[in-house]
Amino acid sequence: MEFDWSVIADAMPALLSGARLTILITVAGLVGGLIVGFVAGLMRAYGNAIVNGIAFAYVELIRGTPIVVQVMFIYFALPVLADIRVNPMTAAVVSIIVNAGAYIAEIVRGSFLSVHKGLKEAGLALGLPMWKVLVYIIGPVAFRRMIPPLGNQFIVSLKDTSLFIVIGVGELTRQGQEIMAANFRAVEIWSAVAILYLLMTGTLTLILRVTEKRMRIL
Amino acid sequence: MSIVEFRKVTKTFGPVVVLREVDLNIDAGEVVVLIGPSGSGKSTLLRCINALEEINGGDLVVDDISVRSGRSKVRLIRQEAGMVFQQFNLFPQMTALQNVAFGPQRVRGVAKAEAIEQAKALLAKVGLAERGHHYPSELSGGQQQRVAIARALAVKPKLMLFDEPTSALDPELRHEVLRVMRSLAEEGMTMIVVTHEMAFARQVGTRLIFMEDGKISVDGNPAELLANTTNPRLKEFLQHVH
Ligand SMILES: Nc1ncnc2c1ncn2[C@@H]1O[C@H](COP(=O)(O)OP(=O)(O)O)[C@@H](O)[C@H]1O
Ligand SMILES: [Mg+2]
Repeated sequence: MEFDWSVIADAMPALLSGARLTILITVAGLVGGLIVGFVAGLMRAYGNAIVNGIAFAYVELIRGTPIVVQVMFIYFALPVLADIRVNPMTAAVVSIIVNAGAYIAEIVRGSFLSVHKGLKEAGLALGLPMWKVLVYIIGPVAFRRMIPPLGNQFIVSLKDTSLFIVIGVGELTRQGQEIMAANFRAVEIWSAVAILYLLMTGTLTLILRVTEKRMRIL
Repeated sequence: MSIVEFRKVTKTFGPVVVLREVDLNIDAGEVVVLIGPSGSGKSTLLRCINALEEINGGDLVVDDISVRSGRSKVRLIRQEAGMVFQQFNLFPQMTALQNVAFGPQRVRGVAKAEAIEQAKALLAKVGLAERGHHYPSELSGGQQQRVAIARALAVKPKLMLFDEPTSALDPELRHEVLRVMRSLAEEGMTMIVVTHEMAFARQVGTRLIFMEDGKISVDGNPAELLANTTNPRLKEFLQHVH
């Protein structure tokens, strides 16, 4: 068989619009996931038994179920259960928020708790309230330690968006699938799709490398 | 007038009793040197003063505030009682200057420019005027500990607590920290110092306290006690530290 470049050229506009959607879902999902993850992670690290328990239940629920099941639940089961109707795009973003949030919570908890307890004591001993100790002393140290595992999670979440093919979101994998169904050029189409994913994850890796280099890891 | 007053203070960790009904008054201007075997409760006693450890019985009053009077009052106590740790515990993401300027800004609400000026003066005082822009990881242990002293002083405490400030240092770096502590004592700072530096106890201390098993067993003048104590266990302890 011969590799037909014109197939790729023809498919590119659709694939790029798919990639754009992939990026949009990833960015929106991760911004939300970071917020949820920070809140849940700090609840796990510093909350009382009840607060900690709530966050723990959330993390376990999400880590214990596949993301495909989560998005199916949000898209198909929520409307039945709670009369909440969502479009596929919203379901996709919410899935990433909820899913990444749980993993980020564990990253946040781990890196805050990994900071030597002497720093917390030194901050408290100056007369600071605990929240200032977290914001100004422990947070900045923990944040630097979070960058490598957060980078991993960002890449995982980006690739997880391909699963939203199951609810018909027109992201990159879905676009590839549709074009392939029409022209049967599997080799060209899936090569192009794979390379577009690699470009996106590669860019992300590069950004993380630079950030890591800029920040002294403490 | 007492600046620190222990009234039958008890401290337990689970089933372990670490302080047993300790009574102790410390007046402003005293330089109290606290010694005793490992595990006798010296660190715990010090950490109860600024409420890093919560007491379980009795009362402990620091600068007229009880450590049991709630979080915001406890923060006031901590502002009046600076602490220097064995492991320095400098904030690693900040330069020496930022470490020292941090407390006044975030605790006392001093403006940044003013806090920086004060921090420079304090670093000069501990002999580190040239090191302000260095991060803790770029400083020797002795330098880090002097920055830590400056950081505690920056909040303008009335009282300084030192928990084995030279124990983590190589012998040749200890004197630079002890020199700073001595000049602080000469300025009239009230100090409570857990240390094995007996020369410091003799020359700088105004009072020596020997702790054993959560209790104060000897309390007196350092020079006299070090020259001839009648307490056999203190005598034996001193033979081991020398
Ligand atoms: N956070 C803690 N939890 C449990 N036990 C502790 C804790 N801190 C200190 N202890 C115990 O309290 C006793 C006194 O400790 P400490 O005050 O550190 O003694 P010192 O400073 O005189 O060596 C020791 O038996 C120690 O094991
Ligand atoms: Mg100790």
